[in-house]
Amino acid sequence: MKFWARATAPALLLTSALFSAPAFAQEDLSGSWNPQFMEDQPERIPGPDLVDYLGIPINADARQWALSWDPDRLTLPEHQCQVHTVAYIYRGPLELRIWEERDPQTQELVAIHNYTSTYEQNRTIWMDGRPHPPDYAAHTWMGFSTGHWDGNVLTVNTDHIKQGWHRRNGIPSSDEITLTEHFIRHGDHLTHVSLVSDPIYLTEPLVKTQDYVRATSSNGNWLWPCEYVDEAPGRPQGEVPSFMPGENPFTTEFAAKYGIPAQAVLGGAETMYPEYQKKLKNMPIPPKHPVTSAPAR
Amino acid sequence: MKALEKPTPMTKTFQLAAIAATASFAICAQQVKPDGNIHVLKVQGNVYMLVGPAGNSVVQVGPMGVLIVDTQTADLSEKLIAAIRTLSDKPIRYIINTSFDADRTGGNANLARLGAPVVGGNLGNSNHGAAILARENVLDRMSAPTGQKAPTPQAAWPTDTWFEGNKEVFFNGEPVITMPVPPGHTDGDSIVFFRHSDVIAAGNIFDMNYFPVIDLAAGGNIQGILDGLNHMLDIAIPEHEQEGGTYIVPGHGRLTDEHDLLEYRDMLTIIRDRVQYLIKKGMTLEQIKAAKPTFEYDKRWAAPSGPASSDGLVEAVYKSLKK
Repeated sequence: MKFWARATAPALLLTSALFSAPAFAQEDLSGSWNPQFMEDQPERIPGPDLVDYLGIPINADARQWALSWDPDRLTLPEHQCQVHTVAYIYRGPLELRIWEERDPQTQELVAIHNYTSTYEQNRTIWMDGRPHPPDYAAHTWMGFSTGHWDGNVLTVNTDHIKQGWHRRNGIPSSDEITLTEHFIRHGDHLTHVSLVSDPIYLTEPLVKTQDYVRATSSNGNWLWPCEYVDEAPGRPQGEVPSFMPGENPFTTEFAAKYGIPAQAVLGGAETMYPEYQKKLKNMPIPPKHPVTSAPAR
Repeated sequence: MKALEKPTPMTKTFQLAAIAATASFAICAQQVKPDGNIHVLKVQGNVYMLVGPAGNSVVQVGPMGVLIVDTQTADLSEKLIAAIRTLSDKPIRYIINTSFDADRTGGNANLARLGAPVVGGNLGNSNHGAAILARENVLDRMSAPTGQKAPTPQAAWPTDTWFEGNKEVFFNGEPVITMPVPPGHTDGDSIVFFRHSDVIAAGNIFDMNYFPVIDLAAGGNIQGILDGLNHMLDIAIPEHEQEGGTYIVPGHGRLTDEHDLLEYRDMLTIIRDRVQYLIKKGMTLEQIKAAKPTFEYDKRWAAPSGPASSDGLVEAVYKSLKK
């Protein structure tokens, strides 16, 4: 009996090691990565125009939210250091550092860490199979992430994300979004694919891609200290800038500037697909007019 | 995100697979649903959030005993006590009520019976039960003038009330400050600030599940809700980039920090401003309801019916502003 126990124990260990699929053999994403901005540059660097909702599968609720959104809201002290959520932040100008955390005894992969310079955000992608927190736990900008390898593709699922925006011109993202990502390494090139599902404000998942190249030297600016200032002295406490229904003065500015039908710039799922080009031909384009001034307060 | 580009078969296949993956995760991401039990979540410092089907309680524990903010409904007392006993076996010393509602005070009698106040010498009977702290208006609404039938049993009534200003105790090594807020949810609302642990118990002026209930019959008013939320924004200080730092436990729903509170305050301010704007245009209550001033918030925040529904909130805001 003892002999069999002694003989089978190493075999069981070996079998366990072969088939329990610890994350030993996959890609190593460690290093510093810089984003490429050939794709969607106007949105990602200077920032989107007001009332440009093209290509976002928003519903009517999100559209009304966005049309009542006054950019002055970002001058409120508590909004000034508001972070892009994890579902948005990989689009922006940032430096991304990735490193692994391994169990010192077994060398199994416990977590993959991301640090993004924009807003100094630390993110942990748990690789050890732990469950997500209960629904009554707090939400954060980076949410709670668990990952697994699909071959050499790192797939990450994230929830517990704070309310933020799908586009930084007022299109809201709710605190009920879930995010699925794929990190795909091709040598010194990294493709990041994100799919955001929002049961409150999107009619279908929002799919985005971003590309990164490996940085050979870490000489960038990795800090983002943020401290609010008084941007609107004399504003009454508790005031929240917003446009009353139908009174947004910027509704046609972007459409007129680029000769796009005003209806199209209001977005929605159909504006993502090529079939929409046929509809565009029959839609009126607003006349060009000077850049709109912000309403006096 | 390449709008208006012609998709290749490859991209279409990838999109379909990707969407399927997202949908599948969205289903997986459904977390714990209300199951009739009371769950314990450590907030920070000495403070815990007890999440029950009737809302949230906040418990602070330490060598001096147990302090609890809001006691949920009476039928949950056994489970609430069991949850507290996972944190401390010491006596319950203080109960603080943030309003007179049954989900805040329902367990008062059951919990107080097990406790003992902090007294010494000849000042009192240490078997008297835990002290119940609340504003005088809470006692008014739970009791009745002599000779009339009170809506709640006397054992549940606050034992220690006050009229104006804060009520402060130093307990388990930290100042615990109960602060009145202007009439909002009711005319007896308070928030409780654990100054060392850096946690605020908000009571029913802040609800992360639904719009707040503005109980007009109990003296509630939209402006009081907003004043209370703004007061908590003044107290709360985020740790880093508008996250963490001061945590706020709402009366219902998940744990929050300043940013969650901020978005809730923004939403209610915008709704108030819209209703005011429509009143100035000469619209009636029914016309304002038809204009749907809460439209983009309803899917996330409107209760299916009652005072926390879209119509319920609009009516309460309208009547608050017409006073």
